[in-house]
Amino acid sequence: MSNSVFSGVRILDVCSLAAGPYCAKLLADMGAEVIKVESPEGDPARRYGAFAGDKPDRERSALFLYCNTNKMGVTLNLRTATGRRLLHELAKQADVLVEDAPPQEEKALGLDYDTLRKVNPKLVVTSITPFGKTGPHSTWKAYPLNTYHAGGEGFLLPGEPTFSMFPDREPIKAGGFAGEYDSGIYGASAVAAALYERTASGQGQHIDVSGQEVQLQLNRMSLIKLTAEDTHLTRAGRGYEFGGIFKARNGYVICRPTEDNHFESLCQVVDDPALKDERFKARAGRLKHGPEINKILARWLAEQDKEDFYLKIGGSGCPAGYFAAPEDLVKSPQLKHRKFFTEIDHPEAGRFLYPTVPYKMPASPARYDRPAPLLGQHNAAVFCDRLGLSRAELVQLRQTGVI
Amino acid sequence: MSNTKTGPLSGVRILDFTWAAAGPQGTLLAGFLGAEVLKVESVRRLDLMRRGMSKLYEGFDNSPHLNDFNFNKLGVRLDLSKPEGRDLAIALVSVCDAVVDNFRPGVLERLGLGYSVMRRANPSIVVLAAANGGSTGPESKFAGYAGIFNALGGLGYLTGYPDSPPTMLRDSVDLRVGSALAFAIVAALYHRRQTGQGQFVDMASREVVTCLAGDQILEYTMNGRNPTRQGNRDAVMAPHNVYRCRENDTWVSIAVGTEDEWRALCRVMGSAELASDPRFADAYARKKNEADLDKLITQWTKQRTPQEATLLLQKASVAAAPSMSMDDLLADEHLQARGAYVTVQHPVLGKQTNVGVPWKFSRTPASIRRPGPLFGGHNPFVFGEILGLPKSDVERLTKAEVLS
Repeated sequence: MSNSVFSGVRILDVCSLAAGPYCAKLLADMGAEVIKVESPEGDPARRYGAFAGDKPDRERSALFLYCNTNKMGVTLNLRTATGRRLLHELAKQADVLVEDAPPQEEKALGLDYDTLRKVNPKLVVTSITPFGKTGPHSTWKAYPLNTYHAGGEGFLLPGEPTFSMFPDREPIKAGGFAGEYDSGIYGASAVAAALYERTASGQGQHIDVSGQEVQLQLNRMSLIKLTAEDTHLTRAGRGYEFGGIFKARNGYVICRPTEDNHFESLCQVVDDPALKDERFKARAGRLKHGPEINKILARWLAEQDKEDFYLKIGGSGCPAGYFAAPEDLVKSPQLKHRKFFTEIDHPEAGRFLYPTVPYKMPASPARYDRPAPLLGQHNAAVFCDRLGLSRAELVQLRQTGVI
Repeated sequence: MSNTKTGPLSGVRILDFTWAAAGPQGTLLAGFLGAEVLKVESVRRLDLMRRGMSKLYEGFDNSPHLNDFNFNKLGVRLDLSKPEGRDLAIALVSVCDAVVDNFRPGVLERLGLGYSVMRRANPSIVVLAAANGGSTGPESKFAGYAGIFNALGGLGYLTGYPDSPPTMLRDSVDLRVGSALAFAIVAALYHRRQTGQGQFVDMASREVVTCLAGDQILEYTMNGRNPTRQGNRDAVMAPHNVYRCRENDTWVSIAVGTEDEWRALCRVMGSAELASDPRFADAYARKKNEADLDKLITQWTKQRTPQEATLLLQKASVAAAPSMSMDDLLADEHLQARGAYVTVQHPVLGKQTNVGVPWKFSRTPASIRRPGPLFGGHNPFVFGEILGLPKSDVERLTKAEVLS
């Protein structure tokens, strides 16, 4: 679709796993032409399940399929001089390059900004690494687990009620690859801003994104509580005086009836007279008798369907929700109304639903024209049709381990 | 009035009706990028950050939270419920590039400030509305905040121990909404710069969270199965967890992804037995015997601080990092060297130390140029200079409680 936001913008994605690829995906979903450059062995993400049909295959990885929608795919071995030369040929024709090389390896891979800038001064290069490209820890090795915990959010999870149930256990990360996607979003906003600026200036630049600093940014409220209020947050006490997470018949709900009118609405829905106790009517009373209120709520909610409860209370203005499993998300009437999921057909993994984007832009909508690429799927299209190599040369590159 | 041209969005002006955390984080990021953000508040509709969070603050200008979420923004006091207030808002729309709000759907419409009205005043205006479920739909009028977005969005379900309830991620979820909002605003502004077209961008906060669970959702859409909570565990790697260290409530994360890293870990731990133990002979075996492995590693980490363990392991190219508390983060030499924190002078609060900007742009840096605004602190500039109203008008409007 030519009216998508980043139509005509050419991006090289030289990233692995989740953070960098997700950054490029966000741009691809909004119309950019993205060429994903993988090593001949393929992005390590391809080894991550779940696998379509439970067949562990590099073309069936949920992580890879999700992070790489709308991209073309080529292979290049950047540890070869020829591989780097071909990357730079592509970079000459590109507007953006996203990369995640550790700073101590970037030059050897031809991915350092000094080199790329000489290749193409207009190039916007965005680097997404666990600790950034500079600084005493920039050469540290990190998997997503380490980056997330290094950023401060892990230390504060889980809160209540889980912490009271298991106070001696280790702090935990957010589920799945959320922390990596956080980094990807910050990379994407930087790319978009640099492109905006480049429209007037005609110049590229380098943007350095640190996964640790992204987590720190997302937890600025916890940091300011330390510096301005001398509050040293831990996992203890991270709950509410009343309300919170409760077990329902078929899952869990959250309810936070902070104001008087919220609590009144709750009393109308919860048909247990014990909740209508005089002592709970005013906020001060609720703060004082929180555990008692929660006992009543827990007893009643244990019998309720999580979605029924949410629908009964939701319209009243009292904040409440249920903990949605993927199945619930797919079946959600609200998400169906928003057409949030879209079907994408992949030649090997098959046809199924994917999340789209949370921002509807009618003048420049997200589009899903292609699935994630097969490994090396567009080698011919890119190296031959665009760079002018012959098919014989392509074979030669393959045989010498360049692609 | 400082007019520093800096940042890639220098020259962009945003009318900001957001409040609390999610919306303001988005416009905060836009401001870091150089946009001039006009933050509209009213005594009738106070940004609850002015009151504070767990600690409550008197008056309008005593909240460190309000300051932190609103660096760079210009403070505008304007009562939108008054006809003249509404007219002034329209006048501001006509000199802005974008408008952002995170009210419940219908609030701006009811005030006579719906998208069609704004577009009449400024045909290429970009309007972004961020609400719980978006602006339409069966649940769109339901109340939401970070805890609800996290639950409805699907990330809470995925977070926790295998045998525990799901987990609240609390305020950081609001900032995730803001982060997605910032991307959407910049994207819409970029589109407008290319085509001249504005538009109404309809954002759903709960969907922001759902996107963060995307790969996990595919397990259901591909295979009809819901994934389950995994704590810190990985599907493949072992060791891959967070391990207790010497002092109370201190921890180090360790992850091993290759045989080289495994051998290096054994060397650092000084354990030949570990290296030759058949239970841990390869990645498959290590994953199978993960519980035993974690116990043995804990015996090593328990004798050390997270920093000691990390340095020893990183020296051997094993991925390790402390599970950082806020105190750890503030003192961290790497973050200090990176300039991750800023000291900002606030006219009432004095010197404040806050998290800085999240990207390093080489040519057009993001920046923090001003503290968060005093309540209505820039009314003279916004109405006098930007809108060009004579001083007498501004005085009259203030007296009439329109600029309130």
